Amino acid sequence: MDFGKLFELVIAASLVNNFVFTRFLGLCIFFGVSKKMETAVGMSITFGSVMVISAALIWLVYNMIMVPLELTFLKIIIFIGIVAAFVQSADTIMRKVSPGLYYKLGIYLALIATNCIIIAVPLINVGEGYNFIESISFGIGSGLGFGLALIIMASIREKLELANVPKVFQGTPISFITTGLLALAFTGFSGLITL
Amino acid sequence: MTQSNWQIFKNGIFTENIIFKMAISLCPSIAVTNNLKNGLLMGIAVWFVHVMVGLTVSVFRKFIHPRIRIPIFMLIISLWVTVINLILAAYARDVYKEIGLYLQLIVAFASLLARAEVFASKNKVTPSFMDGMGMGIGFTIALVLISFFRELIGQGSVWGWEIVATKPLLILILPAGGFFTVGLLMGLFNWMDVKFGKAGRHH
Repeated sequence: MDFGKLFELVIAASLVNNFVFTRFLGLCIFFGVSKKMETAVGMSITFGSVMVISAALIWLVYNMIMVPLELTFLKIIIFIGIVAAFVQSADTIMRKVSPGLYYKLGIYLALIATNCIIIAVPLINVGEGYNFIESISFGIGSGLGFGLALIIMASIREKLELANVPKVFQGTPISFITTGLLALAFTGFSGLITL
Repeated sequence: MTQSNWQIFKNGIFTENIIFKMAISLCPSIAVTNNLKNGLLMGIAVWFVHVMVGLTVSVFRKFIHPRIRIPIFMLIISLWVTVINLILAAYARDVYKEIGLYLQLIVAFASLLARAEVFASKNKVTPSFMDGMGMGIGFTIALVLISFFRELIGQGSVWGWEIVATKPLLILILPAGGFFTVGLLMGLFNWMDVKFGKAGRHH
C-alpha cells in the first residue's frame, strides 16, 4: 500500500476539501453545537470515531454483500440503516461499558444518526471507488477536518458573544458570515494537493 | 387542529420557512446554489420528497407503532429519496452529475423527519399534503432566491444567459460566497420581520 497516497488522501479530505467549508455538509450540527468549546470538542471526537467505523463497516457491507447481489440501487436505504443501527448499538454498549464516557458523549450520539456527513462519507467512498484502506483514511481525514472546523468556529463564537453585532444579524446570520470568512481562508488550501 | 389548509400551506412558506426561519437543512442551500438551474432542481426534488413523505406517513399513521416510528419514518424518507434520485439520474443526467451527492443526502434532512414527527403522524391526509406543499415551496423559494442572487452577481447571468459581460463579483460563486449570501438574506428576512411583521403578529 502506498503510504504517500494515503497521507495525501487524509490531507485532501481534512484541509483541501474540508467538509464544512468546501463541501458544505453537516452545517446544522456545525451551527448548532459550535457555541461552546467543550461541546465542540466532544462532538468532534464522537463524530470522528463514528465516521471512521461506519466507513469501514459500510465498505464491507457494500463490497461483500451489495455488489455481488446487485443491490447497489438500494444504497441510500441500506447505508442509513447501517449507520442508525451502529449508532444505536454504540449508544447501548457505551452506556453499559463506560458510563463516564457515555455521560460525556452520549448526547451527541443521538444527534448523529440523521446527519448528512456521516452518510456522505460512505457515499463518496463508494462513488470514488476507494478500496478498504483508502475508505478508512478518507473517514479519518473527514473526521479531522470536521473537528478542526468545529473547534475553530467554537473559539470564534465564544468571542462573538461579547461583540456588538447589529440586531438583525444576531445569532445565525452573523455565524454564517463568519463561516464565509473562514471558508475564504480555507480556499488558500486548494492547490495544496491535486489528487 | 383549527388551522385551515391555507394557513398550514402559508406556515411552511413564511412562518416556518425551513432555511430562513428554522435554519435547518442548510447544507444544500449553499452547496447547490451557485447557479439557478441547480438550485431550482434541488428545490423541486426536496418539494417532491416532502409531499410524498407527508402523504405516506399520514396514510399509514394508524399502523405505525409509536415505539418504532423513527426507523419507519427513515425508511419512508429513504424510499422516496431513492425514487427521486433514480428519476433524476435518468432524465436530468448533466445536472445530476453536479448535484447527485446532495440529492442523495436529502435522506438526512432534519426537516423531513421533523415534519413527519410533528405534523404528518398526527394529521389527516389533506392537511399533511398541504403541509408538505408549503414546506416544499418555502424551501424551493429560498433556494431559488439564493441561487438567483449568486448567479446574477457572481457570474453576471441568469439561467445560463448572460446579462452583463463581466463577472462582477466572482467570490459569490465560490464556496465562501454562499455563506455570505445566506447570512445576508437571513439578516434581510429578520429586518423585514422587525419592520413589517409587527402587524401580523397581533392578529
